[in-house]
Amino acid sequence: MYDVVQVGDEQLMGEVIRIEGDKTIIQVYENTSGIRPGEPVSNTGLSLAVELGPGLLTSIYDGIQRPLEVLVDKMGNFIERGVTAPGLSHDKKWDFKPLVKAGDEAAPGAIIGEVQETNIVTRIMVPPNFRGGVVREIKSGAFTVDEVVCTLDSGEDVKMMQVWPVRVPRPVTEKMNPDIPLVTGQRILDGLFPVAKGGTAAIPGPFGSGKTVTQQALAKWSDAQIVVYIGCGERGNEMTEVLTEFPELEDPKSGKPLMERTVLIANTSNMPVAAREASVYTGITIAEYFRDMGYDVSLMADSTSRWAEAMREISSRLEEMPGEEGYPAYLAARLSEFYERAGRVETLNGDSGSVTVIGAVSPPGGDFSEPVTQNTLRIVKCFWALDAKLSQRRHFPAINWLNSYSLYLDTLSKWYDENVSPEWNGLRTWAMEILQKEAELQEIVQLVGSDALPDEEQVTIEVARMLREIFLQQNAFDPIDTYCSMEKQFDIMLAIKLYADLAYAALRAGVAPGRIVTITAKNDLPQIKFTQDYKADIEAINKAMEAEFAKLREAL
Amino acid sequence: MKEYRTINKIAGPLVFVEKTEPVGYEELVNIVQSDGTVKRGQVLDTSDEIVVVQVFESTAGIGRDSGVRFTGETIKMPVSKDMLGRILSGSGKPKDGGPEIVAEKRLDIGGAAINPYARQSPEDFIQTGISTIDATNTLVRGQKLPIFSGSGLPHNEIALQIARQAKVPGSTEEFAVVFAAMGITKEEENQFMADFERTGALEHAVVFLNLADDPAVERIITPRLALTTAEYLAFELGYHVLVILTDMTNYCEALRQIGAAREEVPGRRGYPGYMYTDLASLYERAGLIKGEKGSVTQLSILTMPGDDITHPIPDLSGYITEGQIVVNRDLHRKGIYPPINVLPSLSRLMNAGIGEGKTREDHKKVSDQMYAGYAEGNDLRGLVAIVGKDALSERDQLLLEFADLFENRFVRQGHDEDRSIEESLDLGWELLSTLPEELLVRIDRDLIRKFHPKYRSKEA
Repeated sequence: MYDVVQVGDEQLMGEVIRIEGDKTIIQVYENTSGIRPGEPVSNTGLSLAVELGPGLLTSIYDGIQRPLEVLVDKMGNFIERGVTAPGLSHDKKWDFKPLVKAGDEAAPGAIIGEVQETNIVTRIMVPPNFRGGVVREIKSGAFTVDEVVCTLDSGEDVKMMQVWPVRVPRPVTEKMNPDIPLVTGQRILDGLFPVAKGGTAAIPGPFGSGKTVTQQALAKWSDAQIVVYIGCGERGNEMTEVLTEFPELEDPKSGKPLMERTVLIANTSNMPVAAREASVYTGITIAEYFRDMGYDVSLMADSTSRWAEAMREISSRLEEMPGEEGYPAYLAARLSEFYERAGRVETLNGDSGSVTVIGAVSPPGGDFSEPVTQNTLRIVKCFWALDAKLSQRRHFPAINWLNSYSLYLDTLSKWYDENVSPEWNGLRTWAMEILQKEAELQEIVQLVGSDALPDEEQVTIEVARMLREIFLQQNAFDPIDTYCSMEKQFDIMLAIKLYADLAYAALRAGVAPGRIVTITAKNDLPQIKFTQDYKADIEAINKAMEAEFAKLREAL
Repeated sequence: MKEYRTINKIAGPLVFVEKTEPVGYEELVNIVQSDGTVKRGQVLDTSDEIVVVQVFESTAGIGRDSGVRFTGETIKMPVSKDMLGRILSGSGKPKDGGPEIVAEKRLDIGGAAINPYARQSPEDFIQTGISTIDATNTLVRGQKLPIFSGSGLPHNEIALQIARQAKVPGSTEEFAVVFAAMGITKEEENQFMADFERTGALEHAVVFLNLADDPAVERIITPRLALTTAEYLAFELGYHVLVILTDMTNYCEALRQIGAAREEVPGRRGYPGYMYTDLASLYERAGLIKGEKGSVTQLSILTMPGDDITHPIPDLSGYITEGQIVVNRDLHRKGIYPPINVLPSLSRLMNAGIGEGKTREDHKKVSDQMYAGYAEGNDLRGLVAIVGKDALSERDQLLLEFADLFENRFVRQGHDEDRSIEESLDLGWELLSTLPEELLVRIDRDLIRKFHPKYRSKEA
């Protein structure tokens, strides 16, 4: 089962997915037109595996780890078939720097050396499936990934490259509790619905609601050291956009191109469906490899619905008994197996690393009750519900603040206390209350109009509007607003809270609500989002608001 | 070539043939009827004994005495530069009385996927002259943008207007139109052909026609022929090609028909489970390639059954295409042409094609602001129906008026009205200037000062 086979005279790559008596069913990762009965099939005896080692970063692969750049050289602009290319370059020499010496203990997973690849260091480990032992000899200098760099007294030779089957999770010592947030620079996510490092999140949404833009913003700005982006059944042009944009974008922390910490897997919707099924496993195995080095990895899968559909397509060709909506009965099991490979872990070498999985879901017709969304929701802890209504009003990111949730709030609150401000958790709760209140009030407004509301609630509506338009809306295409630091998020939130406090106080002192909602000082607040050095401006706005309110009260 | 006379079953468009030699998957098949006519088909299923052939024409007249020839190659079509100006049938045979196409090259119609690494990002703004597309849902070269319509709506007029007016401002490169009709009526055909002839567009067009009474199965290959031609024109001859596919709904119906004839397990609403992949194999054949001059831009039309955007056809299409232009029945009833509802419409590649140096620096912000204003004004209409206009605040009344103005001035335009992007954006500003300035929160101060009519007239 699951052996890789070569099919036909052209030796197309395939995988055994079912054995029935003396019949074997193979799914082929390439287009099968023209194949005839009677052509040879040979078994390699190996499982579908990926090559892990230096050279992964900045690469772009198809679903079965064939580097697309190499494929262009080999077969031109279109993807033909029957061409194989190894995942890593076997000719390139990497500068290997040993970190252990002869006589040191090297258990499975131990780091024995490193390669300075981009600004990220690829750490060379003893493969987890080795027995491990004492280092007998270790070399230093330039080697290819196939050359032995270290020999152990167990008789095992360590090379820079390891090969790992994609359908098997890489082992860890222990899974830890996720209690550090993945800071994304997106206000609605960091502020209201944070995801933890090593956590899982799902972004479901109908088409056109901004799933891909949100995923890309996360890939660009989240504070993970490594990003694995799986375009699973994606649009070709969208992958190209990622390809052209990432090398140009700067990592906000290192100042280096984002591409240098990224591995892309692109299996566009018109590439063979079986490779689409495999792409998700290829991606997560690569992510786990970097996790084992002690990195925080975030993995974006866009979109898991396409992956589920690939399973459905293969399942229906196998004439399996369909489950809900034609999806195979093992859909839930496959999804949970995949998401369970996320986590913050203690690695085999005692370090800590994490894989955060953020999966986009594309529910048909935007209907969240369909099987893929529902089965995903049962597993993930964070739910960012995209809303077509919001995107139609160009409220971006179009994440519905009422339907979304994060189950990490409690575990993360300590981090916010220590790293942002002790006030933060309170502010967050306050903002959510206002937004919740607004939703209720809006129902009344729909019936009777806003003037009929009591004074206090008119102010609430205004505060909620500010929260929505200033805090929640974020322009991913604006060079400054696309990333918002935690500090800036806090300052903006605080300014809105200041307005609210002043407004309610003024109201109690007898100022008419019409005067309160029309003060001019707050009109400058949205501009803060587009300002790099905003500190002085926001202070000026706060002062101006205080002064204006004071004037209102004097006028009484 | 060996001819088998071993047909043992015919079911709708499918013919089951016993054979002795290996036959390749997706191979081209010729079926010779007893009267000598030859019909073409493709291998759908092959095993040791039985081959299932999908016939692209009517299976009427095929009997157990018909001969079957397996050609040993997958379906290829002859392509050449001389195809420009020609009218072909849905299976690629001349329909205009002209000679057969003399092949400069024979290409596999399946088309291989463009390697994402070889693609170039689309970013050249195409001006269609329609404000609701140019200003708010910009089309760029290499994009695939469908028109989601309903039966009885003027989607054909819109497609024609786009085909007529589309240009890249300031560019004189060669362009061509490839038009593929699947299951359209004779009247619709006349409408398209008359317009092509009137405007002289036929000269640089290749037309594939599969009419409503042509065999449904032929519709499976019609778009593939069209796209293969388009790719040839674009990536080998350097043309900028606009492909118009109409109507994708008929294509999907044909797909379902074959699925049913093969007794496959159906997916949603009886459509095959692989419809997403199948549609992707068409829609994804658009784009630009690094180092090649030409481009393929796709404009497909589909009618949403029951105006339901969640129906599998528009739904799956929307997940593949780069946005959608939604034609709306309410606007059409109000007598507004083109009845494009901008709210559910979207162009995913818009941001790459607009802005300073491409259109104008205020483009994005003006568009966002109009969307926001129109969305809010549109919502208020529901409220007005309950409480009356007078109960609205002054702000809300202005937004309500803005929504009306937007539909009547911005959306509405003539069939031959070709607005430049500057005209569209200026019109947008004119409408926005009916709103108080502090409501324009999505536009930077600087841009307001530069483009707002209030400041502009002062300068003048």
